[in-house]
Amino acid sequence: MTDRASIIAVLSALAIAAGGAALGTAGQVPQPAGDAPIIIAQATGAQATGPSAANTFNRLMKRPGSEPNIQPSKDGIHDPANPGTALLQWPSEAFAGFPRTNDGNRVDWVKTLAAGLIRPWTELEDPEAEPFLMDLTIVRQVKGSMPNVVYPHLEHTQWLDCTNCHDEIFVPEKGANQISMAGILLGQKCGICHGRVAFPISDCRRCHSQPKTAEELRQLSEKSSWAKQ
Amino acid sequence: MRASKRRSLALGIMGLLFVALSVGTWFASSDDAAAEYGDVIINNYSDDAAMRPVIFPHWFHRIRFRCKVCHADLGFRFKAGGNDINMLKIFDGEYCGACHNGRIAWGVENCVLCHSGKPNMKTGVHNSTSDRLVAPVGR
Repeated sequence: MTDRASIIAVLSALAIAAGGAALGTAGQVPQPAGDAPIIIAQATGAQATGPSAANTFNRLMKRPGSEPNIQPSKDGIHDPANPGTALLQWPSEAFAGFPRTNDGNRVDWVKTLAAGLIRPWTELEDPEAEPFLMDLTIVRQVKGSMPNVVYPHLEHTQWLDCTNCHDEIFVPEKGANQISMAGILLGQKCGICHGRVAFPISDCRRCHSQPKTAEELRQLSEKSSWAKQ
Repeated sequence: MRASKRRSLALGIMGLLFVALSVGTWFASSDDAAAEYGDVIINNYSDDAAMRPVIFPHWFHRIRFRCKVCHADLGFRFKAGGNDINMLKIFDGEYCGACHNGRIAWGVENCVLCHSGKPNMKTGVHNSTSDRLVAPVGR
């Protein structure tokens, strides 16, 4: 998909270079600035013979240049003029052969680790040290009909130390932690990592993975205003 | 008749080129975030010291180290810019200097490998979910 987009970009740039030189009429189009809002539809004012440009829909609401795993010199934050930039590894090279997902780094890090494709150290002075694992799964009942959240300590302790979360972020006690999606989006609780460096919160079903039981759903429907009508 | 046909054809081509130009600049512009998910820009002191901001590639480091190593053992807080890192501490083996000492990883003389960002960028995690929202939320 994004390959096609870049091909379109290159082709159209070539067309402009050729056409503009021939006709001498290449118009100036304002370029979106750094923090510009995402443009959903863009009017060009041209008398196009094809479909109206005003109704061309940015259906993925993409910002310009949002290709994943792009090389540092083109990623918009590295300075291409910096002599070190060219030496940096490309994410696409590092991630080759890793299990993929649709968001974030496009890498399923848990599967990548489980498959032994990476061997991250646990101790700085002992590359062979094994992590301290805890296999305890917590199910959190959530509001509405959303599937309940299943939290696996096992996958988290593969990466993290107990002290990373306890007790500063999560009190290890049932019912003691107030968690909301709004807070997570703003970077609280799970959102300290998820949505920033761990898989993003657009991947809803990786957490909301236990469907409500028929009984839970029946109780919900009795409480709902629909049932009272 | 023939001339008007030719004129409308020329107009049509110009129109198409115009659309192509808009689409081309749309996709070709790289002013915005194409940075890798989790790239951290650290610009606490760099701009003031006439150095490029540091870009910390989180993805690169998690391939090599579990979160625990930096965030539990080395004391990095889970907050972009929330660690008071300076070169003196790094020389003395704190923070990045725990590895970037020429023994575990390449040493501090390779300034431009970390100080590689465009000047004047804000400290923060790049490409976070809240950054990517169509309508921004408050911080």
